[in-house]
Amino acid sequence: MKLFREILFPLIAVLAAFIVGGIVVWIIGDNPFETYKLLIGSAFSWPDGIGYTLFNATPLIFTGLAVAVAFRCGLLNIGAEGQLYFAAFATAWVGIKFGGVSILNPSTGQAVVSPFANLPAVVLLPLCCMVAIVAGAIWGAIPGVLKARFGSHEVINTIMLNFIAVALLSYFTQYHYKIPGDAIMQTAEIGPKAFLPTLGRFIPGLPARIPLNIAFILAVIACVLVYIFLWKTKWGYELRATGANPSAAEYGGVSIRKQIILAMAISGGLAGMVGINEVLGYRHRYYDGFSANYGFVGIAVALLGRNHPVGVFLAAILFAILLRGGIFVDAFTLHVSKDIVDMLLGIVIVFVAAEAMFRGPLKKFGLMRRAKV
Amino acid sequence: MRQIFTLSLVFSTIRLSTPLVLAALGGLYSERSGVINIALEGLLLAGAFTAASVTFYAHNPWIGLAAAIFAGALVAYLIALACIRFKADQVVTGTGINILFLGLPAVLSGALFLSSGSTPQIPKENLLPALSRFLPFMPEWRIFTDVSSVSLLALVMVLVTRYVLYRTPFGLRLRAVGENPEAADAAGVSVNLMRYIGVMLSGALAGIGGAYLSIGQSSLFTRNMASGRGFIALAALIFGKWRPVQTMLACLLFGFADALTTQMQGVAKLPSGEDIPVQFILMIPYVVTIIVLAGFIGQSRAPKALGIPYQKER
Repeated sequence: MKLFREILFPLIAVLAAFIVGGIVVWIIGDNPFETYKLLIGSAFSWPDGIGYTLFNATPLIFTGLAVAVAFRCGLLNIGAEGQLYFAAFATAWVGIKFGGVSILNPSTGQAVVSPFANLPAVVLLPLCCMVAIVAGAIWGAIPGVLKARFGSHEVINTIMLNFIAVALLSYFTQYHYKIPGDAIMQTAEIGPKAFLPTLGRFIPGLPARIPLNIAFILAVIACVLVYIFLWKTKWGYELRATGANPSAAEYGGVSIRKQIILAMAISGGLAGMVGINEVLGYRHRYYDGFSANYGFVGIAVALLGRNHPVGVFLAAILFAILLRGGIFVDAFTLHVSKDIVDMLLGIVIVFVAAEAMFRGPLKKFGLMRRAKV
Repeated sequence: MRQIFTLSLVFSTIRLSTPLVLAALGGLYSERSGVINIALEGLLLAGAFTAASVTFYAHNPWIGLAAAIFAGALVAYLIALACIRFKADQVVTGTGINILFLGLPAVLSGALFLSSGSTPQIPKENLLPALSRFLPFMPEWRIFTDVSSVSLLALVMVLVTRYVLYRTPFGLRLRAVGENPEAADAAGVSVNLMRYIGVMLSGALAGIGGAYLSIGQSSLFTRNMASGRGFIALAALIFGKWRPVQTMLACLLFGFADALTTQMQGVAKLPSGEDIPVQFILMIPYVVTIIVLAGFIGQSRAPKALGIPYQKER
């Protein structure tokens, strides 16, 4: 019964969001069924559809897990966006400085940035991945420490840290790590030894142009590890106990302050892994403003996935399908633009948050037993 | 330095603070009643888009403004419905609304105007007017009367809010349900009704702020034109300790920081001859908020029942 409800409510929320979205599409003069066919149907072709869907899902799995871990500790991490930016820049920085890259001023020929070292790939790649995780964890731990030490609310602090991260990194990009004269706000390319191979190299039939890379495998591993951590270890038990009932947990000898900092650090580290996919696996540089609201969509992914790794994985796939489908909607419908995806995401979030609204009708149809008061 | 600290800096501070003041005042009504309003950003966008679209068709900014107020209050009603009636998580709901209004205006403008996310230009005579429109007889005061009428409205709203909050029974009840809903309930105040009103007022005020963005400060709606102002307003509300006048002063400070960045570009230099990176000035409001929240500059205490849905005892 419990599992049934865990699956039922997210499904109803998505369905309800699609109905509302469909009505909007109908009002503005397109055929909702055609639109949804474009939005979802394009995801299942091999290799492009499936390749791009899994590639788009990768950052959402990371941010979804990030939000879910914090949620399990009773914290709302709205700062995954800032954490993943900070981590992406950090990993790009290591890829440049330890990947043997000199950034030259094209007009003078002088080096603006000189590398510290030119490490071999076996060392550099794991180092870059670790740096992404650690940098994300540090940026995530800041609001954790602020909450544990001063009691200030993590929601406000994570929002503020998002803006601070964006401004700080845009400064470093613009003034220090951009190739002088480059009109685009992006750093120089990282050393080729820090490139994460695409999966096309290992899977026959998957062309190399599809950016799906090893980061997706890391995302699947992260799902498994988060599950093991939360439900099979003492630390995970303490973290969940803190989220379920802080005073009881404290009475049982759990240090709530430590749990808050730990949860936010893990959450930030998971968000930071987006940098692995984006910088090491795809763009090979830090690109200012690359995130398509991954941090915020992560909230929807976690909620819809019921803060469980399996649910997060499935919800991330669903949203990835929509994100890719949006491009086709843009191209092949008369009125509806790809912004319909943002709209649907927003409605899904509100519906999942306010799931109580479906409880009344469900009771009426006898699908749910009346809760005992 | 002379080139930076000019009278025009004062006026661009007022201009840039106006939407912040309105949104932050809106947040104040909601949060004082006990409902976190993280959706100010989305409400600003809702107001901005509605104002621009309606004005485009109606050729009258006041109808556009009224529509923006209505739209803001309507969206806020939906937030209140989710958060109060269905006890949805207030922060999550607000985040959902923010994402929704990244998409919805763009979808609608694509359909209405066949554009990719913006409304057509609105002619200057159909924009919300400056004060000089009403005071044509004092041209020598032109520099003061060039201020938008909405800026004056924002100032008036601050004073009205101060009066309402601290001098009327309504204000007392609003504050009571945000601090101690059980006691307010016992005294016969309908907690949920007060919260509905608080949240809807926040939508209406943010709607005005949004209208100012699209048909006051500029002449069309563009995608994501609030660009974080809703969050800065939230920061100002915290910095202003959830009080009307202090919140306005915080908005002026943040607006000043914003005005300074535009004014400084290409003018101010470090002693070494390099530009001062504007990014560090842009960060000021956010850093200040974190410091204030941590309690380093005085205590900023949130309403006690903020974020907690009210469950009546049976």
